[in-house]
Amino acid sequence: MTPEEQRRYQQRQRSRSIATGLVLAALVILFFAITIAKRS
Amino acid sequence: MATAPEMMIDAQVAGSPATMSSVALPADWRDFIALAKPRVMSLVVFTGLAGMLAAPQAINPLIGFVAVLCIALGAGASGALNQWWEADIDARMRRTANRPLPAGRMTRDAALAFGVSVGTGSVLLMGLAVNYLSAAILALSILFYVFVYTIWLKPRTPQNIVIGGAAGAFPPLIGWAAATGHVAPLPLLLFALVFLWTPPHFWSLALFVKSDYAAAGIPMLPVVSGQKETRRQILLYTLPMVAAAIAPWPMGLVGAIYGVATSILTAIFLALAITVSRSQEKEQARMKVERRLFAFSVFYLFAVFGALVADRLILA
Repeated sequence: MTPEEQRRYQQRQRSRSIATGLVLAALVILFFAITIAKRS
Repeated sequence: MATAPEMMIDAQVAGSPATMSSVALPADWRDFIALAKPRVMSLVVFTGLAGMLAAPQAINPLIGFVAVLCIALGAGASGALNQWWEADIDARMRRTANRPLPAGRMTRDAALAFGVSVGTGSVLLMGLAVNYLSAAILALSILFYVFVYTIWLKPRTPQNIVIGGAAGAFPPLIGWAAATGHVAPLPLLLFALVFLWTPPHFWSLALFVKSDYAAAGIPMLPVVSGQKETRRQILLYTLPMVAAAIAPWPMGLVGAIYGVATSILTAIFLALAITVSRSQEKEQARMKVERRLFAFSVFYLFAVFGALVADRLILA
């Protein structure tokens, strides 16, 4: 793997990690909100 | 997770022109969104939401949001699994060759994992947060689209799009079930409406758009049976669609807003379908009425469901 390919690989992994993190954070908020809605 | 050599093999299986360096890159998150077919999702979300708003019982707004989200995710999972199964077919058609799998930007394993996990997650979330009936219908719609339509019937019969229409007709039923916890005649008629609307909508497009389905081995009606039979079938499916669209009014399931609006819209749809069925035009570039029917069919579905929601919100 050339340095340029490695840079692109890491960049892609980073953007995937950010997207996964955002989805997980949204799910945490959603589950919390569902819990509140179900209790009321 | 697949290793780079596995990804290379997968891409080669999918007929990918990708090189080793591009294949070794993990799929971009945007490719996962493309895999879920977001344009198809928008129609499904709209009809699901309309089914929910048309229900006589109000639903908690957050739970309603979760139900619509689950419908969207279920549709996305169906789209992903469809592309996973049809990667080799997509690679042979110009319209689909740039999708993430045939273009070599994603492995088949990744698409399968995405489709299964999103589909399972959407059904579980629907069951736990909304109710089990809506979750069961959602699961049925995903399984129907993947196994009955994509895997079994699509490559075998020119009536494939009719069967596929059933999968797209489930969302109003799911939306209604999410709000009420049961199924009633009105959502069943809405199911019938979308189911019967699909063939004239799709076949009017198939008449004037040159597709390479035949080259990919998919038996589409205009290719298998010709233009004349396709025109006849458009009218044949429009007639029961007219009945399904108007029936809720005389049955007393909806009010005058839906009744009047849908009667006018359906009359226009029927007039266009009759004109298409009588047309002798062979040249695709000159098929104006076929284009008009296709464009109107999209507007028609949004307008009918919009009228249903307006009817409920204003007359309730």
